Amino acid sequence: MELLEFARGPALTFAITIFIAGIVFRIVSLFALWRTKDSSAGSPREKSAFSAALREVIRRLWPQAVYKQDTMFELVNGYVFHIGLAIIVFALAPHILFFKDLIGLSWPSLPNNVIYAVSIITMVSLIAALVMRYANPAQRIISTFDDWFSWLVTFLPVLTGIIATSHLGARYETLLGLHILSVALLLIWLPFGKLMHFFLVFVTRSQTGAHLSHRGAQL
Amino acid sequence: MSDKKTLGEMLTERGVSRRTFLKYASYTASIMALPPTAATAIAQGIANARRQSVIWLSFQECTGCTESITRAHTPSIEDLIFDFISLDYHHTLQNASGHAAEAAREAAMKENAGEYIVVVDGSVPLKDDGIYSTIAGITNLQMLEETCKDAFAVIAVGSCATFGGIPGANPNPTGAVPISDIITDKPIINISGCPPIPEAMTGVISYLLSFGSIPELDHLGRPKAFFGEAIHDRCYRRPFYERGMFAKSFDDEGARQGWCLFEVGCKGPVAYNACATLKWNGGVSFPIQSGHGCLGCSEPNFWDMGGFYKPLSTAKGDPLKWAGGAAVAGAAIGLASAAVARKKRNDILKEGN
Repeated sequence: MELLEFARGPALTFAITIFIAGIVFRIVSLFALWRTKDSSAGSPREKSAFSAALREVIRRLWPQAVYKQDTMFELVNGYVFHIGLAIIVFALAPHILFFKDLIGLSWPSLPNNVIYAVSIITMVSLIAALVMRYANPAQRIISTFDDWFSWLVTFLPVLTGIIATSHLGARYETLLGLHILSVALLLIWLPFGKLMHFFLVFVTRSQTGAHLSHRGAQL
Repeated sequence: MSDKKTLGEMLTERGVSRRTFLKYASYTASIMALPPTAATAIAQGIANARRQSVIWLSFQECTGCTESITRAHTPSIEDLIFDFISLDYHHTLQNASGHAAEAAREAAMKENAGEYIVVVDGSVPLKDDGIYSTIAGITNLQMLEETCKDAFAVIAVGSCATFGGIPGANPNPTGAVPISDIITDKPIINISGCPPIPEAMTGVISYLLSFGSIPELDHLGRPKAFFGEAIHDRCYRRPFYERGMFAKSFDDEGARQGWCLFEVGCKGPVAYNACATLKWNGGVSFPIQSGHGCLGCSEPNFWDMGGFYKPLSTAKGDPLKWAGGAAVAGAAIGLASAAVARKKRNDILKEGN
């Protein structure tokens, strides 16, 4: 029980504090950087920045035909675990209660057995992503600590959540404590590694879209 | 005082039939999750046992544990104290008072040295030399140490005696501690709960009488027979939890339909007790059945678990208490890092020019 008390109390408070500080730091430091003025004449095909940004965001949701064959597995697998993670985090009743307590908002939940099935699929999908990264020599070479560690801190909450729900290996309060601690680890790491794409993915894609459009790319 | 006759002889004298006696033995075996053959062993064990001397010490407590045991139905408290045990000292139930009461305790200790059982409810205050609770001019600490010295075993009943309970809750003004913090050289059986289920108390006493040994305990020193499973795992509302059907308040439609009480703060998933199976008042009901979430009263620090009505999956305390400061600090560091980067860039540009 003491582990659970520690996890629900000081650990979670500390992790949320670091998370908020880190997110604000990353976003402020990014937007406070200079923007080089592009004095070149835009392409005749240039669209408005907003339109180009939106088009790029949508375009990148699915690969171009030429890449489709090579990247199909990564793409589908990526969608599987991203959607899976979203369902687990935002549709499990105890998670919704956590958010309700934190920010005052709540929404309908999905039954536990549905979340359980989604969790298993997500876990398998995450393992597949790891195997793909390791098995592909090019990907392995360019992978850094950030890649491996970001995978780990994403995987652990899913794993500990499944174990806690299944009551495997230890008492529920211990497993729940470990689950919350793994979430705390994820929150602490998220702003400082590649997982920051949670907040920046559409920002960076929008910027790319506006830039490419200025250069005349067809989006 | 202890009788020299065996319990079997005494029960026969009182006209208790063997059939009734075996029924009781079977019931005790079943509630303690013992194999069916143990019923015979319990019957033989009790029949051959002498009346067990029991000294019940009450320290920082509310008498709820005694109130609970007086509601035991198998065996009833009357059966227990008239037939099975010799309750030689108990503030609430004994007739004697003052010096006579203390004399009874001392006599029982002397006469049954090494054989008597000490039952303790209530925590022991240690702060300021333990002056916050005294009986007959001595502190609870002194009385506990003195009484347990020659005991066969100690049974701590109630969450105060087992884990510190409410007296030990934050900020614990009296420095209350559980019995296990003081008595370290005797076997201690913890029967937690606020109060404990009466059959858990009488069942353990029956077990000690029958087998003369300590039942199997969990990592918190509690009999696994009663504390082996989480209430959540045996709760009749569990299917609603699995389906995500929760009562949102104590008087909504979900509450009326008997849906899961997790959302209104039920601590059943982390509370280990037999409430959902043995139930209370002779098996009539238990808190969740009567519409209130479990408080987790059989667990350590149950009073400080972050609020009875806060769901277990929420953070304890206010996790956003430093959020404002964190945001300001993050923004300041972000601006500073951007400023450093800008300066570095300007310096490079200047050098280039």
